[in-house]
Amino acid sequence: MEFNFNSSEPIYRQVADQIREAILTGSFAEETQIPSTTEVSKQFHINPATVLKGMNLLVDVGLIEKKRGLGMFVTAGAKNRIKQQKRDNFYDDKVAKLVKEAINLGISAEDLNQMIQRGYE
Amino acid sequence: MSVLDINHVGKKFGDKVVLRDINLRLSENKIYGVLGRNGAGKSTLLNIMTNRIFPSNGKITIDGEPVDNNDAQLSKMYLMSEINLYRDSDRLSKIIDDTEMLYGNIDRELVNDLATKFNLDLAQKFGKLSTGYRSIFKLIIAMSLPVEYVLLDEPVLGLDANHRELFYSVLLESFSQRPRTFVISTHLIEEITNIISDVIVINQGEVVLNDSVENVTAKAVAVVGPTSAVDQYIMGLHVIGHENIGQLKASYVFDELPDDRQIPDTVTITPLDLQKLFINLTDYTGGAKDEN
Repeated sequence: MEFNFNSSEPIYRQVADQIREAILTGSFAEETQIPSTTEVSKQFHINPATVLKGMNLLVDVGLIEKKRGLGMFVTAGAKNRIKQQKRDNFYDDKVAKLVKEAINLGISAEDLNQMIQRGYE
Repeated sequence: MSVLDINHVGKKFGDKVVLRDINLRLSENKIYGVLGRNGAGKSTLLNIMTNRIFPSNGKITIDGEPVDNNDAQLSKMYLMSEINLYRDSDRLSKIIDDTEMLYGNIDRELVNDLATKFNLDLAQKFGKLSTGYRSIFKLIIAMSLPVEYVLLDEPVLGLDANHRELFYSVLLESFSQRPRTFVISTHLIEEITNIISDVIVINQGEVVLNDSVENVTAKAVAVVGPTSAVDQYIMGLHVIGHENIGQLKASYVFDELPDDRQIPDTVTITPLDLQKLFINLTDYTGGAKDEN
């Protein structure tokens, strides 16, 4: 697991994003336990209340769940749901920005399509 | 619920006003960061809170009871500061025993665990310790006492980077295991930004900021772009500083941004970190300040 913090978003959201990312890559497998708030707090020097707030964002949407007396676990199906969300947001998050930048640089739609094609090869 | 209130506290040394009408409420189980320039009055305030010096005005209470000469309330607080209260000839183990008499059960297991982690031999004499290890020893005591308020005045003074990292981990682990209120005064703002829950900025003897880190950082932004576009966007907002490079201008804003105001294409808005905010809030040397 790797946390890569930047300053552009509130820390609790970054905590949630990083856990989401770790679930997506399989670092945190479904139905296994994720590190406790204390462990994350201690290791990354983040206030435990902030870590908990980030984790609760994921509890609220059912990606992780609290098992009483045990800790937080990744729910079954979490990985696919995260993947689906990312696909749903792919145009807004990535493509729209890419096209905007291409337009600024004077790259035509045709040229951009060719580049995308090259990326797949 | 335990609360510590600082009510209208002022302090003068001779004619010099060091603190002016300080009002703060510290709630339980939070980690407060007290930030201020050198000489801003941070240490004076911490010393007044723990009855080491007396205020010229005002009072400190815990749950409504004044702490002044009140041993029951004073024993709920421990102040670790730069001043060395110990005799050079005393062994660390003796100092620990003496401290226990004043504050009650010290967590011996934690003391030994931390001494091992920091590689500190408790059989040594206090006078033999380097600046860094004096800080470490005092920190170990502060972490291990059964107090509700742990006040740390420049806790990482003289600590190398490895020991600072270790201290932050130890602090957060201890806080998770036994939540209590920490008040940390430090100049190393970047290192504690995510550790503290609330920030108090003291400037020239006055509290100029007192809020949660989340609220504070949500309101602090840099507006960067061509001078005219930036000036137009920031009109009427609370601007705390500027920087200019040629025709490019960065204005530091501490305010909620208006929803109904269009951000020009040429302008970018990025969050300001706590350190940059602090620098702009406490820059009294003149410079490019704006009273907008």
